[in-house]
Amino acid sequence: MSTVSVRDVTVAFESVQVFDGLSLDIDEGEFIVLLGPSGCGKSTLLNAIAGLLDVAEGQIWINGKNVTWEEPKDRGIAMVFQSYALYPRMSVRENMSFGLKMAKTPRPEIEKRVAKAAELLQITPLLDRRPDQLSGGQRQRVAIGRALVRDAAVFLFDEPLSNLDAKLRNELRVEIKRLHARLGKTTMVYVTHDQIEAMTLADRIVVMREQKIQQIGTPDEIYHRPANLFVAGFVGSPQMNFIKGRLENTGEGLSFLSGDRRLALSAYPFATAPSAGQDVVLGVRPEHLEIANNGIWPGFKVDIVEPMGADTIIWCSDPVGSVQVRTTGSRRAAPGESLTLHADPSQVSLFSAETGERL
Amino acid sequence: MSTAVPQGRRPRHLTVGRIGVYAFLVTAALFFLLPLWIMVVTSLKPMDEIRLGNILALPAAMTVDAWSKAWSSACTGLECNGISVGFWNSVRILIPSVILSIIAGAINGYALSFWRVRGANVMFGILLLGAFIPYQVFLYPLVRIFSMTGIYNSLTCIVLVHVIFGLPTMTLLFRNYYAGLPIELFKAARIDGGGFWSIFFRVILPMSTPILVVATILQVTGIWNDFIFGLTFAGRENLPMTVQLNNIVNSTQGERAYNVDMAATMLAALVPLVVYFVSGRWFVRGIAAGAVKG
Repeated sequence: MSTVSVRDVTVAFESVQVFDGLSLDIDEGEFIVLLGPSGCGKSTLLNAIAGLLDVAEGQIWINGKNVTWEEPKDRGIAMVFQSYALYPRMSVRENMSFGLKMAKTPRPEIEKRVAKAAELLQITPLLDRRPDQLSGGQRQRVAIGRALVRDAAVFLFDEPLSNLDAKLRNELRVEIKRLHARLGKTTMVYVTHDQIEAMTLADRIVVMREQKIQQIGTPDEIYHRPANLFVAGFVGSPQMNFIKGRLENTGEGLSFLSGDRRLALSAYPFATAPSAGQDVVLGVRPEHLEIANNGIWPGFKVDIVEPMGADTIIWCSDPVGSVQVRTTGSRRAAPGESLTLHADPSQVSLFSAETGERL
Repeated sequence: MSTAVPQGRRPRHLTVGRIGVYAFLVTAALFFLLPLWIMVVTSLKPMDEIRLGNILALPAAMTVDAWSKAWSSACTGLECNGISVGFWNSVRILIPSVILSIIAGAINGYALSFWRVRGANVMFGILLLGAFIPYQVFLYPLVRIFSMTGIYNSLTCIVLVHVIFGLPTMTLLFRNYYAGLPIELFKAARIDGGGFWSIFFRVILPMSTPILVVATILQVTGIWNDFIFGLTFAGRENLPMTVQLNNIVNSTQGERAYNVDMAATMLAALVPLVVYFVSGRWFVRGIAAGAVKG
């Protein structure tokens, strides 16, 4: 059964239509990440689920109930914001109990829930401080705590880690994942533009662009079988290499051809029936390019070497174009050096040059 | 000439241009202080000294008679109870007018910036338009309306007028201030189950201190200095200090008592002066806070 169901939702700002009939089903206990560049509509979708934004058409269901016309507080949701949004004139304890007070929860119950959430997030010593006396990481912890005490079935996160520095971001990311595991059946919808957060946290990722869902899938599917050129280029760092070329029928079946470069595609799992002569884009992740003396693509020249510790990124090019290769951290190469590369046809992605869709 | 090695704080030289700037500033300050100086010294002189005509001179025989006369026994027309009557009238008008107009403005601004009420922008536009229409245009219609409803020439009437005419400025002030607050706070409060009033009183109002101070300053000085509304709507019993000051200065019986006039004027200006001195810092801060984000 799905906890959150967005059915043919259209949102309109003034006269501009933001979504046009968008649908999404989220299962109970699932961790869904809405991923996309800024302005892709992911936050708008989250606000529509929260009820902070009226939908123009369609329905929103939460926990088997049509909540399209319900107030945010009646939807059984809790939300964490990028800017923490803590009430500045209240102590941490008051911040966390505000929602329960509004719901007229009895005082002992409020205290019990606040204490429990504070303990879970290790903010018990901060309970009597004011938000301006807390660091960014502590503030976001309090904001999560405030969401936690609501005992909601669905948690909505709106880029909760974007205001934190890199180290804290990693710490809190792990903590959110742990929290999700500990809460068990709580559904989480998490908006981010950070692909690392998406890959590490999500059960399923929803990649969005220009108000449209591009692909819904597990992190594995998104990474290894991107549905189109946009998803392929947006997820993964360094970016996937794209090589423009053509499909040709050679003796041993279809092959990819770009200049004098060839790749036999007999091992490639085509999703749609390809036709010879079609213009295509070949996508190869940097880590799927190997430096091998007996490789299939000789004649690449090294441009730049970026040692990153755990691995090394080598930028190399030939007259047709340039590619990035991810190799082991100890590998070194001198600029100008000549390399031979190898690609495994079962690990590449092929896209139609015309539509950008996966073949 | 030996040039020093540039290190540490850069030396500042007093240039001719800088001296010129200071000279100009001091002159300008003196120019604007002059009327105040004349008022203070004149109010402390007996009439004999004033007749000599040395208006800039310090008083030879300093006396506060003029002040006490201005306060309690100067004649405003037929009655001779001084300007104190007007002072208390002004206070009685001021307090409810300031409180009510600020409350109205704050609620308006809050509703306009957070609750996207349908037609809010049109409403705000109309309100602003109201601020640009000269007051005089409203006077006669308002007099007719108030006399028809039977509250003309009363305290209620003048307070109502101040609240109505304070509405555009107060709404603009609060709306701009609230527009600068993060909208996510409001969203969080809505998810927490706050309604229109509970979010206003428990979340938004506690964050409004700076703008409340600014609004108070604006309204206190504005309403205290008002003349035309007081004269038109307050009625004979409630004439504010400004109107009484005018009466004192204009009711000439024989010799013009310049010292009493000056003292009365200073007394009338006292409240706004105190407000400016006490809260100038807040004033600048709040105006900036309200104005930068729109």
